[in-house]
Amino acid sequence: MENDKLIIGGHEFGSRFILGSGKYSMNLIKAAVRDAGAEIITLAVRRTNTAEDENILDYIPEGVTLLPNTSGARNAQEAVRIARLARELGCGDFVKIEIMRDSKYLLPDNQETVKATEILANEGFVVMPYMYPDLNTARDLVSAGAAAVMPLASPIGSNKGLATREFIQIIIDETDLPVIVDAGIGRPSQACEAMEMGAAAIMANTALATAGDLPLMAAAFRQAVEAGRKAYLSGLGRVLVRGASASDPLTGFLRD
Amino acid sequence: MENQYFVDSEFLSERALEKKHRLESDPSFRTDHMQYLSGMEQIKSDIMEKVMHEMDSYDYSCYSAADVKAALSHEKCSVDDFKALLSPAAEPFLEEMAQRAREKTSRHFGNTVYLFTPLYIANYCENYCVYCGFNCYNHINRMKLDMNQIEHEMQVISQSGMEEILILTGESREQSDVEYIGSACRLAAKYFRLVGLEIYPVNTNEYKYLHECGADYVTVFQETYDPERYEQLHLAGHKRVFPYRFEAQERALMGGMRGVAFSALLGLSDFRKDALATGLHAYMIQRKYPSAEISLSCPRLRPIINNDRINPLDVHEKQLCQVVCAYRIFMPFAGITVSSRESEAFRNGIVKIAATKVSAGVSTGIGDHESKYTGSEKENKTGDEQFEINDSRSLDVMYRDMAENGLQPVMNDYLYMQEEI
Repeated sequence: MENDKLIIGGHEFGSRFILGSGKYSMNLIKAAVRDAGAEIITLAVRRTNTAEDENILDYIPEGVTLLPNTSGARNAQEAVRIARLARELGCGDFVKIEIMRDSKYLLPDNQETVKATEILANEGFVVMPYMYPDLNTARDLVSAGAAAVMPLASPIGSNKGLATREFIQIIIDETDLPVIVDAGIGRPSQACEAMEMGAAAIMANTALATAGDLPLMAAAFRQAVEAGRKAYLSGLGRVLVRGASASDPLTGFLRD
Repeated sequence: MENQYFVDSEFLSERALEKKHRLESDPSFRTDHMQYLSGMEQIKSDIMEKVMHEMDSYDYSCYSAADVKAALSHEKCSVDDFKALLSPAAEPFLEEMAQRAREKTSRHFGNTVYLFTPLYIANYCENYCVYCGFNCYNHINRMKLDMNQIEHEMQVISQSGMEEILILTGESREQSDVEYIGSACRLAAKYFRLVGLEIYPVNTNEYKYLHECGADYVTVFQETYDPERYEQLHLAGHKRVFPYRFEAQERALMGGMRGVAFSALLGLSDFRKDALATGLHAYMIQRKYPSAEISLSCPRLRPIINNDRINPLDVHEKQLCQVVCAYRIFMPFAGITVSSRESEAFRNGIVKIAATKVSAGVSTGIGDHESKYTGSEKENKTGDEQFEINDSRSLDVMYRDMAENGLQPVMNDYLYMQEEI
């Protein structure tokens, strides 16, 4: 278990909980790092681009890897420009691509995401694309040079859990890259379930940000993610579909 | 009780007075408010027709407490639920609505509240809108800032820490043409991260030009969505043309603007119908232009220079709160701005429920930011204000108050993006 590292683009991480960028506050970041154990924190580039005393970059503790995202981008071209800006601002080479053409549900645009992934991977970015869980797109993202794929569990901020469970499972089964479940995870139990399915990591924000006791919820997420991971690694026991298994084997009639 | 809007200035000539009185008393003397004037672009859109149809058929008296309870129990707020929430039957459920609104706001926006300030650069106006301090028959100090003055104002505002600005003019194409406004946008883009516009409606190619100059958000208040009432309040000038104004947001988006804001001025007409139409207008635009950022304002009528009796009539704070909560529940993703027309106490309360943006350091006059921000007495001439504000908190004070309320003030989360040529 100790050697079980999350590897993204050659970088190793001990934690499989990643803080998303939806709602920011000092307390949230503190709780995510201290209580949830997050080693990667997403931040929206459009929020870094602000006056000195407001700069969200100052909120990020030492030793934590920044994952700037391209939220606000409406197409590949805008995402590429925001990623380059992030690099100029000193946010490093990681980038989470978020491209949305929909201001209501904030659903990602898979086609444009593939385009942006290709351009940015060629420029040396460690590209982590947020996507609608579609196997063909996941494969295209792998070909385009993504370092991970990040399918959504349900609409962002909805806390509705694994609405796309079956499709995420297919991507996990068919993709060699880390599959990070992003968006919609509302409870530790859902995070645990996704990890049991074989997800490499969980990204969440609203679930913590809107909790009554932030540090307590952060700790709950840490334990849930760890429990799910352990369960996955240990190999889940069988699940009986219908009552008990037949005591008389169906093949009992066969003779030697 | 109706507002008494008509005020005669002693400075008007006899001829002007005669024309004014005729406009006020003789509908046949006024132009057809549904006819586009020459030069006004007509786009292909059925949104106005749909909104008008919904508004005309909205009988809010037919909704009951059961309808309101049902609306509050639904995960998704339908158009009919929205109608129930705006009805008088919802008034006893204001606290429940506020709880629901807060939950939605928190889910979509966390605890953030955005701060911005308006900058009026000119108050010349060619319209006779009877409730507005800038109307062409109102005797006020008129002024238009030149580029040096605009830059100076922007520097003063920017030094206060503000990163989002809303540029406003009176509605005079002659005095404040599109090039003049575009130049102001270029200056603003030097000092601010987000430049919004609240000017007279223009054509798509002009919005495109203004976007290229750095503006990215367009606010147009329809004032009232009832065409008949609109006709009685906007007696002369291009603003009189109801459909051209209605379609402004669509033209702005077609011109490349990222976001648009909608509003009725509550107190001018039947506020429940106006709130319904405002919400549906925004809702239908978002469906047609899914990437557009949408926001709603909810101003109430205020007293103006030379007429301090103008008031929002039956739209008291409770009704305003009901409207804001209904907007939030119907459109959880939309920004909601509450202006300095409202009191400090109201704004402090409503940001905890549903509002996501408030103005600070506000002046609705022209060229007076330095004296207002620094207290220094200037000898320069200033232009009079559009309406009386009610919350004069500076940016620093507003920032502190919001933070003390457990909210996170955000100066900006915006990146201006223009098509690469």
